[in-house]
Amino acid sequence: MRARRGLSHTHVGSLHAPDAELALRNARDLYTRRQEGVSIWVVPASAITASSPDEKDAFFDPAADKVYRHPTFYDVPDGVAHL
Amino acid sequence: MIGPFDFALALGDDALVAAQRLAEWTTRAPEMEEDIALANIALDQLGAARLLLSYAGELEGAGRDEDALAFLRDDREFRNCLLVELPNGDFAVTMAKLLFLAAYQLPLYTALAGCADERLAAIGAKARKESAYHLDHASTWVRRLGDGTEESHRRMQAAVDQVWPYVHELFAPDPAAPVDPATLRADFDARVAAVLDEATLTRPESGWAPAGGRDGVHTEHLSFLLAEMQVLHRAHPGARW
Amino acid sequence: MYGNDFSAEDAPGGGLLGEVEAAEAALREAAARGRRGGAPGPDEDLEAYFTEVVDADQKIEPRDWMPEAYRKTLIRQIAQHAHSEIIGMQPEGNWISRAPSLKRKAILLAKVQDEAGHGLYLYAAAETLGISRDELVELLLNGRQKYSSIFNYPTLTWADVGAIGWLVDGAAIVNQVPLCRCSYGPYARAMIRVCKEESFHQRQGYEILHTLAHGTGEQKAMAQDALDRWWYPSLAMFGPPDTDSTHSAQSMAWKIKRFSNDELRQRFVDMCVQQAEILGLTIPDPELRWNESRQAYDFTQPDYDELMRVIKGQGPCNRQRMEHRRRAHADGAWVREAAAAYAAKRVEQKEKVAA
Repeated sequence: MRARRGLSHTHVGSLHAPDAELALRNARDLYTRRQEGVSIWVVPASAITASSPDEKDAFFDPAADKVYRHPTFYDVPDGVAHL
Repeated sequence: MIGPFDFALALGDDALVAAQRLAEWTTRAPEMEEDIALANIALDQLGAARLLLSYAGELEGAGRDEDALAFLRDDREFRNCLLVELPNGDFAVTMAKLLFLAAYQLPLYTALAGCADERLAAIGAKARKESAYHLDHASTWVRRLGDGTEESHRRMQAAVDQVWPYVHELFAPDPAAPVDPATLRADFDARVAAVLDEATLTRPESGWAPAGGRDGVHTEHLSFLLAEMQVLHRAHPGARW
Repeated sequence: MYGNDFSAEDAPGGGLLGEVEAAEAALREAAARGRRGGAPGPDEDLEAYFTEVVDADQKIEPRDWMPEAYRKTLIRQIAQHAHSEIIGMQPEGNWISRAPSLKRKAILLAKVQDEAGHGLYLYAAAETLGISRDELVELLLNGRQKYSSIFNYPTLTWADVGAIGWLVDGAAIVNQVPLCRCSYGPYARAMIRVCKEESFHQRQGYEILHTLAHGTGEQKAMAQDALDRWWYPSLAMFGPPDTDSTHSAQSMAWKIKRFSNDELRQRFVDMCVQQAEILGLTIPDPELRWNESRQAYDFTQPDYDELMRVIKGQGPCNRQRMEHRRRAHADGAWVREAAAAYAAKRVEQKEKVAA
């Protein structure tokens, strides 16, 4: 669901439907009763491949020591602008 | 039909009676998701009814508000079309009724949005978007029921056959009205034909064309619907709720 | 019955809705805090890992390891909660067609529709535990899973719609707000959504009663009669007294439940007393009085034998509610089959085109 123009779609929930067309309509009726969205995507659950908690270390820990990817890693000499 | 009061009243009554029927589905729909969808459509119709009846009351200038018009008139004073008061029947009948109603209300409200009366134009502009969704919803289901199983095809065709005669009344010419209903027929026919074709359904030959709703001569069903709708309000004259 | 936990600190915004927001903030904060490093090692004790996550007020997520009894308890509780939302539509739905003004009709229709939505959010949360909605619906229809016993009482007058909003939704909110902090992520998130949406439900009920209580003599009598009939069944919604409650201790340890039935019941009574005074209605309990030493109201307990009878199926409307649900499900079978057949035909056509 995209809550407002300019924002990314975020997951809001699950639902049942016999096909994609009805899934979209059911999503509209179930999840936008209070103007929660301006755009909806629906994806069949069977099309989602999820990472497993067991793989959490292997998947995500290797990113932990790559601090040089973050701008705060770098020293900026005093007085430098536009950097 | 003459004058903006009768026009607003007729449209308001259509929406009110349609809402009352659709709301009967609550807790009874074929699927829980559909319960929510039908309630949404009922709420749209009810919202339009309130705007139209309130405006009708103002045009009349006799101090009647939306509730006085909804709860204190008898069936002979209601101006809704017969189509909306027909019982819900099974889900196929309800979808046939909704398809025809939405295919009529969409061009009607669209035309209304451009009419000279500012209030009616504003109501039309709001309601046409809702009608577009109702038409989409009904079409979505008519296609599935028509082209689903043997049983659903049989039921959907029977529903179309049963309800079809009541559509003719919707387009009785009224050149003096803010929107002449006769001018909407071509649009209606085109939209309905497309859906029925896709749904592998046939449009019945039109011979019988029951009418009278706009003159307050209804089917036997309306009086029961109103008796239920009005019972509490009428039991406490003058009370606030 | 859903039970629960109240934070001692003041909630932002105040009131129950404030607590819901606080629970949501706590959920985000716990997520940001992270647990220690990561997943359990291959030779680590899974049970200890689970306990550590729960003790740290972190959320258990669907693919995490969890004790089988935890899974089962959650499935049962979430399913019964979902069934309650769906069956609960009936007593109020009973008055949509007769609502006394168009405004009230619209509000009631929107409210009953919300209940259907809440049922669906909850079924979706239950499904993350490895059971399908079809199975759960089947368990409801064949009577193996229950729903809240309150919905087995009839709505005889319009005032009952007000009483359900004020008392039944009020009791439900007292029960549900702590569930926003439940240790199971999908349930906690569903409850946050449900509680936020339900904030208008209790108010609309209170407004109905307030209008009636300040209306004609007949209207006021109608309101008092509704309070007389709904008061004790609402107190019974919190379940049997703690001394007789079977599931409580383990659920507390797992942080599924955070306060006992009696604590929640007391909290509910304490909230209602002043609200009833403003309505000008009398709570039907001659023993109701402020207890200075406990800083709470003393009150008469509901008839728990009656509660047990209603749970066992002998309430005024058990059969009617179940029959209604079964009929709707059965009558809709051909529609669901048609939708499935239509979808299957489309898939077939696509495959033909591809081939």
